[in-house]
Amino acid sequence: MEELIKPFRAALESLDRIAADNVFRQALERLSPIAAVEQLVVPALEQVGAAWEDGRVALSQVYMSGRFCEELVEKVLPRSDPDRKHQPRSAIVVLSDYHTLGKRIVYSMMRAAGYELFDYGRMDVDELVARALADKISVLLISVLLLPSALKVRAVSDQLKAAGAPVKILVGGAPFLFDAQLWRDVGADAMGRSAADAVNIVHGWMGEMP
Amino acid sequence: MNGTAMNSMQRTLTTLGQQEPDRVPLFLLTTMHGAKELDLSIEEYFSRAEHVIEGQLLLLKKYRRDCLYPFFHASIETEAWGGTTIFLPDGPPLCGAPVIARPEQIDNLQPPAVMQSPGLCRVLATIGGLKAQVQDTVPIIGVAISPFSLPVMQMGFDSYIELIYEQPERFERLMQANIAFSVEWANAQLAAGATAICYFDPVSSTTNIPRDLYLKTGQQVAKRALAQIKGPTATHMASGRCLPIMAEIAETGTAVVGVSVLEDLAKLKAAAKQRVSLLGNLNGIEMRRWTPEQAEAEVKRAIAKAGRGGGFLLGDNHGEIPWQVPDDVLLAISAAVERWGRYPLDWVDDWSDGGG
Ligand code: B12
Repeated sequence: MEELIKPFRAALESLDRIAADNVFRQALERLSPIAAVEQLVVPALEQVGAAWEDGRVALSQVYMSGRFCEELVEKVLPRSDPDRKHQPRSAIVVLSDYHTLGKRIVYSMMRAAGYELFDYGRMDVDELVARALADKISVLLISVLLLPSALKVRAVSDQLKAAGAPVKILVGGAPFLFDAQLWRDVGADAMGRSAADAVNIVHGWMGEMP
Repeated sequence: MNGTAMNSMQRTLTTLGQQEPDRVPLFLLTTMHGAKELDLSIEEYFSRAEHVIEGQLLLLKKYRRDCLYPFFHASIETEAWGGTTIFLPDGPPLCGAPVIARPEQIDNLQPPAVMQSPGLCRVLATIGGLKAQVQDTVPIIGVAISPFSLPVMQMGFDSYIELIYEQPERFERLMQANIAFSVEWANAQLAAGATAICYFDPVSSTTNIPRDLYLKTGQQVAKRALAQIKGPTATHMASGRCLPIMAEIAETGTAVVGVSVLEDLAKLKAAAKQRVSLLGNLNGIEMRRWTPEQAEAEVKRAIAKAGRGGGFLLGDNHGEIPWQVPDDVLLAISAAVERWGRYPLDWVDDWSDGGG
C-alpha cells in the first residue's frame, strides 16, 4: 500500500480527481473498503495536513483534498456501515465565532477516516455545554478563528467539569497555531495543529477509553 | 541623518527609501484600544468618526508610535455591498452572513458606490479629521481589503476556494467588480488625506493558496488594482506566510510587505532584496501574555534580524493588535523601540538569537 500513498497524495494536491480515483480503485482491488481508507486515504491526508503545518502545502489544497476524499469514502463506506467508528461519541463545533471552514475541513477529515460525529454547527458556550451533556459526548472538537472565541473554551471546559462530565476537549484553529501555550491556558485536553492531527489524537484517546 | 531627530513621516520615508533613519519606526497598529481610552464599547467607539479621531490621536501619543491607523474593521467594506456587521464586546467586529449566497449572483454583481456607504464615509471623515491635526508629520495608513481576499467575506471561504478552482469565468467577473470597488475605495481614502493604503491580501499568502495559483490569480489581481491606486501601498499577509512569493509580491508594485511570525525575519529581509520594505512581525496573539521583559526581547529580536540598512517598520504580524493585549506590554514595546531601535544598531553585532 505504501507505494500508492505517494501518487494518491500527489493527485490530491494537484486536484486531479481522475488520478486520485484510479489510485483509490487500485487499493480497493487489494483491500476491503475500510482497510483502503485506513491504509491509503488517512495516511495521505495526514501527510497533506503535516505539509500545511510547515508551509509546504496551502489551505486550498487541504480543503479540496479533504472534500474529495470525503466523497470517495462516502461511496464505499455509507453512513450506516458497521465499519464506521461510532465510538467514542464525538461532536464538532465552531465556538462563538462565525468562521466554519476549519470545522468543515476537520469534519471531512474525520469522516474520511471512517468516524461518525455530530456536527453542532456554530454555538455559544451555554448552548454547547447543554447539548454536549444531553448527547453524552465524550470527545468534543472545538474550532475557532478568533482569539476571544479561543478564550471562551475555558468556560466550556469549566462548566463540563463542574457537571462531572468526562468529556475530553480537542481544540484547533488559527489562534492556537500562534500561541503554543493557549490550549493549556483555556483548559483543553489537547490541540491539533491541522485537521489530520484530529484523527490521530481522537484515535489515541479511543485506546485509553473504556 | 542619524544624529538629528526626525518626525514620524521623515523616519518612515527614510526607511522606505532603504536608508537608516534616526530610529526604527514603530507601526503599532492598534484599532480597538481607542475604545478603552475613551471608555466606550467597541460598537459605540466605531459609530462616530470623532471617537476614532480622538482615540487614534491619544494612542499616537501614548505609545509614541509613528503612524495613525484609521482602520475600523474589515466588515465595514462588506457593509457597502449590503452585508452586516456583528459587534463583540471583547473582540474585533465581524461580518454577518455572506452577501453572495449563490455563485450565480456574481453574474449581475455591481460594485457599490463608496460615497453611498455610511460606514465608508465615516472612515473618510476620520482620515480627514486626522489629516487636519497632523498634516504631513505623521503617516496616516488607510486600509483596503484586496479584491482577491474580499470574497472570503462576500461568499465564505469554502465557496470561494471552490469558485477559484472550478469557475474561472465567474471568478474573473467577481474580480472585475471587486477591483473597481477597491480602487475607488483606496483612492477615496488617499483623497481624504491618507498617506498610504494597506492592501490586505492574506488569501494570496502561501498559507492559503499554492505559489503557482498565486501567480495566476492573486498576483495578477494585485497588479491590476495597485496600478490604479494613486498612492503608495503596503501589501499585508495578515500573518499568513509569504517567503516563497516575496519577489513576486514586490513585482506588483507595492512598497511594503507585512510579514508573519511563522517565518524567519532575517530570511524575509534577505528575500526582500531592498525592493520592498518589511512590516512586522511581532506575535499579536502571544502578546496577550507577554511580560514587559519578553516584549523587550521580542522587539530586540525583530530589530536585530531586520533593522539594519533601513527598509523595516516594527509592528505586529497581523495588522491589528488584539483587544486582550494589555497596556503594559504595548508600553514596553514602545520603550524597547526607543532604547534598542536607535541607529546605528551597533548592539546587533553582539546579539544572538535565543539570548533575547
Ligand atoms: C485570510 C484571513 C483573513 C481574510 C478572510 C477572513 C475569513 N476567514 O473570514 C480577511 C482579509 C477578510 C480577514 C479579515 C479579518 N481577520 Co483575518 N485572517 C486571515 C488568515 C490569514 C487565515 C484565516 C482563515 O480563514 N484560515 C482558514 C482556516 C480554516 O484556517 P485555520 O483556522 O488555521 O484552520 C486550520 C487548522 O488550524 C486546523 N483546525 C481548525 N480548526 C480545528 C479544530 C480542531 C479540533 C483541530 C484538531 C484542528 C483545527 O485545521 C485547519 C486546516 O488545516 C488568518 C491568519 C492565519 N495565518 O491563519 C487571519 C486571522 C484569522 N484574522 C484575524 C482577524 C482578527 C481578522 C478580522 C477580525 C480583522 C478585523 N478587525 O476586521 C477580520 C474578520 C473578517 C470577518 N470574517 O469578519 C485573526 C484572528 C485572531 C484574533 N486576533 O482574534 C487572525 C488569526 C490573524 C492573527 N494572527 O491575529 N482575515
